Amino acid sequence: MARQYEMIMRHSRNSSGTAEPPRTDTRYKRIAAAMQKHQCRPDALIEILHKVQDAFGYLPMEAVRFVAREMRVPPSRVYGVATFYHFFSLKPKGKHNCVICTGTACHVRGAQAIVNEIQQQLGLRPGQTTADGKLGVQIARCIGCCGLAPAVVLDDQVLAKVKPGEMVETLRARVGGAR
Amino acid sequence: MNEIVSIQLDGNELKVELGRTILDVCREAGVDLPVMCYLEGLSVVGACRLCVVEIEGSPRLFPACTTPVAANQAIRTQTEKLKRYRRMIVELFFAERNHVCAVCVANNACELQDLARRVGMDHVRFPYLFPECGVDASHPHAVLDHNRCILCTRCVRVCDEVEGAHTWDVMGRGHASRVIADFNEPWGSSTTCTSCGKCVQVCPTGALWPKAASMGNLRKEPGKIGELVAKRKLNA
Repeated sequence: MARQYEMIMRHSRNSSGTAEPPRTDTRYKRIAAAMQKHQCRPDALIEILHKVQDAFGYLPMEAVRFVAREMRVPPSRVYGVATFYHFFSLKPKGKHNCVICTGTACHVRGAQAIVNEIQQQLGLRPGQTTADGKLGVQIARCIGCCGLAPAVVLDDQVLAKVKPGEMVETLRARVGGAR
Repeated sequence: MNEIVSIQLDGNELKVELGRTILDVCREAGVDLPVMCYLEGLSVVGACRLCVVEIEGSPRLFPACTTPVAANQAIRTQTEKLKRYRRMIVELFFAERNHVCAVCVANNACELQDLARRVGMDHVRFPYLFPECGVDASHPHAVLDHNRCILCTRCVRVCDEVEGAHTWDVMGRGHASRVIADFNEPWGSSTTCTSCGKCVQVCPTGALWPKAASMGNLRKEPGKIGELVAKRKLNA
């Protein structure tokens, strides 16, 4: 515990002009604990970034700086890893997130029609989030459920054999109310 | 000392030591393979694929820089197929970013330009992507021009392996990849950069160039890195 506290304290002293001092933020404590569990080994970077994304829903730059400093991984390496994988996002995602699989099987079974329908009906292109932050739309290349093609992941739930019109209705229902 | 085996290099019998790479053996035998990402003294990534060779008995092409020699290998380095592929690779380099020799500080001091001449590239058959790339001139001594970067990662490796600063790395993926300093910040505000200038010396194009240089007087010395690494090994 003392070591975690020290990590967070050091960070909050170093970073200037942050809106919220990390030491009062339990999310930083969880990240510090995870780093400690891996003994700050550089090869655990991806797992730690997963923890950060779990805790915040995305990778806030302040947390990324915290991880780089504590794990002693060069800043450019951390940023490179964070931007290489589509799973990680440096921008806040929506409250609800919809990931459309556009892998080969889903593509053949009409994934593009789902993407187009969402764009036309809801005005959201892949990678975008609604202005109110309620819904984010992303695409992924194969989520490994080719038998369910075309598949969509909506908030950790896999939807199988999705039809474009139904998908839009599902999304409208999920974010609540007419939009 | 490793075992000595015999190989065939472009029809010539050679005795070579196991554990060495095909590129290494070729250079010793006076066969000059084109390279871009390879630089003596740095780790080997096998990224540019210019040094590909054919090995008899396999339909695949092998990058000479990462492939070790093996007993009774019959290696071909200058077939028509290889020449065609190498030229195509160079054309793709040109098509990917905004390479305009006429207005480049590295004109006549550019490995990419030399290579294009060497492989006989008189035009590019692929449509140019014309990506929007920034220029980072925030560093007091040098400029990073993404328009001329071919992502060979020599700068990334020299900074990490020789200087030990690891200021540079690559962000993103595919054609959206960019060389970045620290957290994708202006180079001039980097807290890790030691301003040693090694990245500028190893850059094969005009992507990294010293502000003191003007067109016609730019000279880079990438060979210094190999010498430096060798000296360090002697002193270690």
